[in-house]
Amino acid sequence: MSNEPLLSVKNLAITFSTPKGPVNAVRGVSFDLGRERLGIVGESGSGKSQTGRAILGLTAPNGKITADQMQFHDLDLRNLTPRAWRKVRGARISMIMQDPKYSLNPVMTIGDQIIEAYREHHKVNAKEAKRRAIEMLESVKIRDPERVFNAYPHEVSGGMGQRVMIAMMLIPDPEILIADEPTSALDVTVQLQVMAILDDLVRERGMALVFISHDLQLVSSFCDRVLVMYQGLVVEEIRASELDQAKHPYTKGLLNCLPKMDGNHAELPVLTREASWAEA
Amino acid sequence: MNAMIDISKLNAWFDDNHVLKDVDISVPANGSFGLVGESGSGKSTVLRTVTGLVDDWEGNILVNNKELTGTRDKAFYRLAQMVFQDPFGSLHPRHTIDRILTEPVNIHGLGNSDARVVEALNQVGLDNSFRFRYPHQLSGGQRQRVAIARALILEPKILLLDEPTSALDVSIQAEVLNLLTRLRHDLGLTYIMVSHDLAVVAHMCDDIAIMNHGRIVERATATQLAEGKLDHPYSQQLYKAAAGYDRAVVDSFVDWD
Ligand SMILES: Nc1ncnc2c1ncn2[C@@H]1O[C@H](COP(=O)(O)OP(=O)(O)O)[C@@H](O)[C@H]1O
Ligand SMILES: Nc1ncnc2c1ncn2[C@@H]1O[C@H](COP(=O)(O)OP(=O)(O)O)[C@@H](O)[C@H]1O
Ligand SMILES: [Mg+2]
Ligand SMILES: [Mg+2]
Repeated sequence: MSNEPLLSVKNLAITFSTPKGPVNAVRGVSFDLGRERLGIVGESGSGKSQTGRAILGLTAPNGKITADQMQFHDLDLRNLTPRAWRKVRGARISMIMQDPKYSLNPVMTIGDQIIEAYREHHKVNAKEAKRRAIEMLESVKIRDPERVFNAYPHEVSGGMGQRVMIAMMLIPDPEILIADEPTSALDVTVQLQVMAILDDLVRERGMALVFISHDLQLVSSFCDRVLVMYQGLVVEEIRASELDQAKHPYTKGLLNCLPKMDGNHAELPVLTREASWAEA
Repeated sequence: MNAMIDISKLNAWFDDNHVLKDVDISVPANGSFGLVGESGSGKSTVLRTVTGLVDDWEGNILVNNKELTGTRDKAFYRLAQMVFQDPFGSLHPRHTIDRILTEPVNIHGLGNSDARVVEALNQVGLDNSFRFRYPHQLSGGQRQRVAIARALILEPKILLLDEPTSALDVSIQAEVLNLLTRLRHDLGLTYIMVSHDLAVVAHMCDDIAIMNHGRIVERATATQLAEGKLDHPYSQQLYKAAAGYDRAVVDSFVDWD
């Protein structure tokens, strides 16, 4: 599915200054992103979220970014003004996070929030905006869009909340969607249903998807390509369909330590970390 | 009757919300029973009812052949201990590990707390250097080991494990699951383990029950689960979902709410 890259990142490094000294969160990550589903997998703290946030210009103020290249079409993301970022972030590159509850306004109905977001991007009257909002809820496979339209965020389940977030994110028709553990808090069946919605968006709209997750097994059943991160480095890049041929001992270790449904209660292999994995 | 835990016709309510419906569970001594299901299906409520954290319930709960009524006494907590999912939430942030472990020893007047703390830390694979640290100075996996040590320090026969590894990275999960398996064998413990992850219970448990909306909809042995021999459509759906993303499978899902 991948072809001409929309985004090209070369040697991205992010260092945070902290009272205890510098934290090298990301240490030389490179990848090209086409119209595909790219997974970024690794354990907590490996630098997945920070990689995603850098692409959106959302690195915390104590973080310093360097890169040889961060090219989005003809835009150099390394030195955008705040004003230029506003035209990219949310409009052309969008992000959904793990917990929709933090991204939605708790005292406003879901419908009103969608309408507000829609009218920021499109000049339409109230009636037309509502019609479009209902359509958007339908496009993320919400069966009872009228009910969800009139509900407050706390009145819908986590899976429904995440669908609403995706619907809102789609309003400006972004080219790249960065999904940071968007389904980790959801039950597995709901998780897969939300992934199916993202899958359709990639196929139907030709959108590029960066899917960040700690679940290597799940990601590789879903994505085209996977970057495996360890301590800020990409230690392996692999086609998802070739996961069984993973070469790096970390990737293999992550797969082996999963409990399997084979009725075997034997000890699980544990991951023995080698210092060399963390060497750039 | 040689079951260590025997629960029959357990029903529980939160106000008008009937959250457990005729739940039957029997676990032999040294057995390991797995409860699996999606969030809100009532798994935690089963464990919390046994440990006396739920007021409104009916049915029979026998633990070590003793019927549970009213509030749980100290003897019960020496017999059965619970371990929760979130090791951060369950450990007092301003108490040292030493104090966290000593407290139950003192409450139960067991004495000899020094030796017991060392022994409990040793059982969960933590050396003495952890004793005077605070929870925030430990990794997630180390905190969960401390929570297990705190449960073990009363020398219980039963551990009620509520998603004990759900918050951990998979490599750390493997270590904690191995620890739990070893402790069960070495100390002759009996487990009820709750998880939303079919593979985890298939790996850890001999008998498994699948819950949906407060009811057990299916029972299986670990072997039956491994072979996918499940009858109820809800359990089949969970089983298929555990295999990862498959567009056609997702389209076949039905909502169970
Ligand atoms: N603002 C910050 N200041 C200092 N360190 C940070 C900051 N944000 C993130 N980090 C550190 O960066 C590393 C990578 O974090 P992150 O990308 O969130 O990991 P992941 O998403 O893979 O779990 C972690 O060690 C984290 O503690
Ligand atoms: N303390 C409580 N007060 C009110 N309702 C509760 C409480 N705890 C759980 N419930 C409700 O009981 C049902 C079962 O919850 P729970 O046993 O926590 O499910 P699970 O552990 O399977 O996710 C849910 O509908 C939940 O909202
Ligand atoms: Mg993250
Ligand atoms: Mg629970």
